[in-house]
Amino acid sequence: MREKYEVVIGLEVHAQLKTASKIFCSCSTAFGAEPNSHTCPVCLGLPGALPVLNGTAIEMAARAALALNLRINHESIFSRKNYFYPDLPKGYQISQYDRPFSEHGWVEIPTAERNDAGHAKEWRLKKFGITRLHIEEDAGKSLHEGLRESSSKSYVDLNRSGVPLAEIVSEPDFRSSWEAYDYIQYLRRTLLYVDVCDGNMEEGNLRCDANVSIRTRGSERFGTKVELKNLNSFRFVQKALEYEIDRQIAVVEAGDRVVQETRLWNEREARTYSMRSKEEAHDYRYFPEPDLPPIVVAVDQVARVREALPELPEPRRRRFVEEYGLAFDDAAQLVDNRATADFFEETARDSGNPKAAANWILNELARELKSSGTEITESPLKSDNLSEMIRMIDSGAISGKMAKEVLTEMCRSGAPAAEIVKGMGGGQVSDESQIREIAARVVESNPKQLDEYRAGRTALLGFFVGQVIKQSGGRANPRIVNEVVKEILER
Amino acid sequence: MDLREFSIKSLREELAAGRLKASDVCRTALERMQQLADLNAVLTVMSDSALARADELDLAAQRGDSLPPLAGTMLAVKDVIVIEGTRATGGSRILYNYIPPYTATAVKKLEAAGAIVVGKTNCDEFAMGSSTENSAYGTVKNPWDTARVPGGSSGGSAVVVSAGMTTASLGSDTGGSIRQPAGFCGVVGLKPTYGRVSRYGLMSYGSSLDHIGPFANRVEDAAEILKAIAGHDPCDSTSSRVPVPDYVALLQEELRGLKVGVPREYFGEGLDPEVKTRVEAAINKFEELGAGIIDISLPHTEYAVPVYYLIATAEASSNLARYDGVRYGFRAETGSSLREMYCRTRDEGFGAEVKRRIMLGTYALSAGYYDQYYGKAQKVRSLIDKDFREAFSLCDIIATPVAPTTAFEIGELIDDPLKMYLQDIYTVTVNLAGVPAIVLPCGASTAGLPIGIQLIGPHFEEARLLTAAHNLERVIGFNQRPSAIGKVS
Ligand SMILES: [Zn+2]
Repeated sequence: MREKYEVVIGLEVHAQLKTASKIFCSCSTAFGAEPNSHTCPVCLGLPGALPVLNGTAIEMAARAALALNLRINHESIFSRKNYFYPDLPKGYQISQYDRPFSEHGWVEIPTAERNDAGHAKEWRLKKFGITRLHIEEDAGKSLHEGLRESSSKSYVDLNRSGVPLAEIVSEPDFRSSWEAYDYIQYLRRTLLYVDVCDGNMEEGNLRCDANVSIRTRGSERFGTKVELKNLNSFRFVQKALEYEIDRQIAVVEAGDRVVQETRLWNEREARTYSMRSKEEAHDYRYFPEPDLPPIVVAVDQVARVREALPELPEPRRRRFVEEYGLAFDDAAQLVDNRATADFFEETARDSGNPKAAANWILNELARELKSSGTEITESPLKSDNLSEMIRMIDSGAISGKMAKEVLTEMCRSGAPAAEIVKGMGGGQVSDESQIREIAARVVESNPKQLDEYRAGRTALLGFFVGQVIKQSGGRANPRIVNEVVKEILER
Repeated sequence: MDLREFSIKSLREELAAGRLKASDVCRTALERMQQLADLNAVLTVMSDSALARADELDLAAQRGDSLPPLAGTMLAVKDVIVIEGTRATGGSRILYNYIPPYTATAVKKLEAAGAIVVGKTNCDEFAMGSSTENSAYGTVKNPWDTARVPGGSSGGSAVVVSAGMTTASLGSDTGGSIRQPAGFCGVVGLKPTYGRVSRYGLMSYGSSLDHIGPFANRVEDAAEILKAIAGHDPCDSTSSRVPVPDYVALLQEELRGLKVGVPREYFGEGLDPEVKTRVEAAINKFEELGAGIIDISLPHTEYAVPVYYLIATAEASSNLARYDGVRYGFRAETGSSLREMYCRTRDEGFGAEVKRRIMLGTYALSAGYYDQYYGKAQKVRSLIDKDFREAFSLCDIIATPVAPTTAFEIGELIDDPLKMYLQDIYTVTVNLAGVPAIVLPCGASTAGLPIGIQLIGPHFEEARLLTAAHNLERVIGFNQRPSAIGKVS
């Protein structure tokens, strides 16, 4: 059924800019404070109070815009979006409308459909257009549950009122829920890279609305679009889109027409509900905000911001593949987080073995960090420790098996690899005569297994090798043990 | 003691010399407000705080400290301007119990300069009106004839100065709300350049047109007040960084060579003949001062009133959305839905004129009408601005009437909004262009009502205006006092 239809999705992402104070007043933006404690006449919308723009918000918006290849308008203006709601203290939101901060952007990123287990089928690069990024203030929060008298009253917390947001509107370029998913992930990663947003969907500092429509494949005209709201996690976005696509196809297949409306995703029931129809849609009566002068961004300001941008995730992933010969997946995983990618590059350079660096970081180190619940930047293990360890493996000073123990210890104490190896009773034993001595002893004390081996059960080789390594306190070089044991057994 | 006899400068000097005590001046103001309570000009009297500040000043004077420039100045503030801890209704029922937690920048500056705020004045609800009949707290009466309106919307602020209740006052002017009542009450009223005085703490009506400015009994006092309140405010992004000159020191400059432009569009149909005669006579006085008079044209004047009522109401429809009963002020008693709470709060909380303007403005901004109304109005606004720029390439100041008539009777225009809106015909252009203008009395009608003249200057040329007005004031020599109220003992 799906094959008959083409899906068209556009996304609107609201990213909270991580300024210390709000966009139009000096109140703190810190999360989790006592309700209404971070407020003042301006963000409470008291009579006579006026907004004053926070320059840091503009700078952060500029970083985000340039990272998404958007063109920053030399002059943009704020507009008022008028509607009534208890958490909107002024009765309007200061936003941008017909002259936004930036326009005409794009990203070209890896995307893949997933199988039922959630694994990517085949990664390919696709370009998605970004219509605009504009700046606006957040509203407060209505609290309907969990408070004294919640049964008869609603409460409003205005701590969030006036927190700066960047609204990033995409072109309707997504043809599947996974494309949308990959885009939002990429957007989040980019905003984290340029250090303008904490990117936490669950805390609400990244929010997503989607416009979804379907059309018969080959048709030029767009179908009727439905707006989806309340997509509060990456998985919800994908699941809600899947649900909505199926729902629209079912409607059309039943001979009905899709109705233009806004629908709300309900995670518990895993379905969308109609929130309001087109007829009930607000007329926001946008007009230029008379209390604020235009935002003017000079050409040299743009150049300065651009200069200071870090390498972005997708260019970096490509470079990792080309420069270090990494596999696509490994490179993609490494660039997922800027600190991890930095850690990798340092290790790759210092150890001289990028592939080993990638392997250790993505497997053993990732496991260690996960089990201790620490970020890579907080770990006592530094990249030069890991580099040293990789060099020791490559020189044969320690075995891979020992290295795992060394890594665990490095993650715990942050001590240098060499020191840890010493504490473990020395490095790897590669001295053949020493190993031969142990091996002879092991063979001698296991006559039964020796007979069986010689009778053809060659799988017992592993048993003897294991015993020898054990007798050596785990330090014997496994490659040499293997050779020596084999030689003795077959003598 | 008649407060009108004392200029700001003389108060400061008398206080410094120990011949006058601030507490006595303050008591005079408080007593006069009580005595003339029937005029309904004052909504809140601030006796305690005012007397406490007066005592502080007296102590300072006794110690021989140097006194601040406005020491001894008794000030009233229009109720659309907030003062921390003092009720601010904005003339509306919807804020009947609202106590602001902060003070407007202009008031802060005046207090820092030594002025004492003695009361909050009555006004049209949220400054919407030309007669002060639209206050939820009753109509203000004109001290020259208590059957007549004082003009509006800053009627109360004009009356307190005219009737000698205070030395000076602050008003707000969105389409003439300082200048027309100044004209109707025979006092000086100044609307500065847009951005010259911070709007922070002024309840917004039409944000791009709103101004704070002074009322005073003489031009010199208006200059003193402006000097104190002008300048950039980090809390108001639309306030200007243009340097503030010493308006008072510049008053003594001569007018020789000044070119006074007289726009023919302001003297046509609809202008009361007596007003016309008086204003023309006053303009001719400029020649005595060595100034030249030339005819000019402001060709887009005829569109000013409709343009003003589109832009001001559009902005108002948004500015007044915050009065929703959720966080402060009046909330209608209602048990059911949120929507019903909003509707009933705003229906019961706002008066008829405010509702009329909110609806007008909402309509002007609606989808499908924006270009036709608000968008077009903004285009014409820029033409009006251009009119002034071109005019000021030919002349230095412009002289016009303030209003088509003298003060009209209470109730005379209240049922005819269109006619009421035409009261603003000579004042709204100035707000649309953002240029400064001053009004001073230039005579009285045969019925004994004051007539004002308006002088308009280019952006940030308040000094030029004040100097011209100060010189004109001297040669006109208008010295009548309101007759309909009790004499000062
Ligand atoms: Zn605030």
